[in-house]
Amino acid sequence: MVKIENLVKHYGSVRAVQGINFEVKDGEILGFLGANGAGKSTTLKVMTGFLSPTAGNVHFDDKNILEHSLEIRKEVGYLPENNPLYLEMKVYDFLEFIAKVRGIEGKAFKSALGRVIEQCGLKGIIHKQIIECSKGYKQRVGLAMAMIHDPKVLILDEPVSGLDPNQIVEIRELIKKVGEEKTVIISSHILQEIEATVDRIIIIHEGQLVADGTHQELMHNFHGKAQLTIEAKNATDDSIMQLKEKESGIHIANVSTIKDKRVISLEFDKKIDPREMVFNHAVAEKWTLLEMTTHKVQLEDVFRTLTIEGGGNA
Amino acid sequence: MRNIKGIFIRELKSYFNSPMAYIFLVIFALINGYFFTNTFFLINQSDMRALFSIIPLVYLFFIPAIAMGVIAKEKNQGTIEVISTLPIKDHEFVLGKYFAVLSLISIGLLFTLIHFFTLIGVGTNIDYGAAICGYLGLLLVGGFYAAIGTFASSISENQVVGFIVGIAIIIIFFLMDKLLIFVPVSLSGIIQYMSVDFHFSNISRGVIDSRNLVYFGSMIAFFLMMTVRILDMRKWR
Repeated sequence: MVKIENLVKHYGSVRAVQGINFEVKDGEILGFLGANGAGKSTTLKVMTGFLSPTAGNVHFDDKNILEHSLEIRKEVGYLPENNPLYLEMKVYDFLEFIAKVRGIEGKAFKSALGRVIEQCGLKGIIHKQIIECSKGYKQRVGLAMAMIHDPKVLILDEPVSGLDPNQIVEIRELIKKVGEEKTVIISSHILQEIEATVDRIIIIHEGQLVADGTHQELMHNFHGKAQLTIEAKNATDDSIMQLKEKESGIHIANVSTIKDKRVISLEFDKKIDPREMVFNHAVAEKWTLLEMTTHKVQLEDVFRTLTIEGGGNA
Repeated sequence: MRNIKGIFIRELKSYFNSPMAYIFLVIFALINGYFFTNTFFLINQSDMRALFSIIPLVYLFFIPAIAMGVIAKEKNQGTIEVISTLPIKDHEFVLGKYFAVLSLISIGLLFTLIHFFTLIGVGTNIDYGAAICGYLGLLLVGGFYAAIGTFASSISENQVVGFIVGIAIIIIFFLMDKLLIFVPVSLSGIIQYMSVDFHFSNISRGVIDSRNLVYFGSMIAFFLMMTVRILDMRKWR
């Protein structure tokens, strides 16, 4: 288990991380969400021993990063943001170097190399210079570097940043597969990526933890508004205004006219469902109802509310 | 030891995977060869003093040049984050890098052995002891300057800064005994002891004194420890 305990990190007068607490269970895939500059990478850098905390500590089972940094580094695989690699090296030489430093040599190296070639799809590029590889393959080399020693905990900082959709799907599948056996912590600001890959999500804003839960829990606890868009003909202004009197908690956000159609946007508490009321009202007022679309709360809504508007608790 | 070896081999390979090592070795050999042979047949003496006096001057610029990227490049490219999160201690990383710089200098010195063999071929009454001691002195001076270059490379992610700082520190130690007339008599002993030339000239005359060895050993250790300290400070910035 990984436990982050009251973690604080300051860069001079800049307070990058301000007292974060959370735990990651064994075998869990945790998504670490936050806007750029929220403190995600700083937290991961402290967790991997690259930076020392200003206060607080990080525990990996019974070891902590302040006293057992070297032992923890043996058990953690880390892919840093921007995937820095020795570009002048061949993929094979680079992985051999990383393995050697991690004490994997001879037969053990051959076996570990075979595993990461298979997992990361490196077969065609293993004897190429890293600088000659495409961005997607460089990312795979970075992942292979992080996994060559079969770590207990894998920490990936923006693993799909800059990849094309096909590469994103491939890396996502790889992470899911790895996550079946290991603890994986992924940082990203790509919401769809996090949504599709992780078991649990943490949202961090201005160095503070503002949300922690599964995807469903975040949606359920979100106090934002749901939306319904109605397209209808023959809807007069008066009959449209009557909608908000039909049920409390409904707000008419916008009304527009496109040719002979009226487009009405309703906002309401997500605990109520006004669709039946709207349908009955349309029948009563003799509207020709063309379309009715509900906009469910998305992770994006939760994220925006917590990280831009600064309010709400999820 | 395994980690030092791993870092050392990777760094040495990276020198030879780029034009850096070849440019250094060729120019180093050409400059030293020119200055050695220029006067070799004129002075009509079977010694290598001409070579031993030019190489420390060539070191002044060449060693900061080959050492300037040794850590700065890792910082600039972000690979320091990869290295720092591997189970490697900072001192192992620094020693691996240092030995790579020292090895390149040693290979450069090996090329100058051609002058030594020329001397054996055409000269008489050769003082082998002085020649061997001269090479030992050059290796120690090279080692000292390599430690300074490694330290200078660690203070910034900009290689040019590493180069300039490296030259500046080396010149200070190089010029110390040439400025003795400007310092009070009470300080002249200390300044002279701090000077590289004072210790190198002792060794290159064929006198291996433990004070000279202690000087080089402690100065190398000091600058390498400072490098480790600089790397450690990064974590607490």
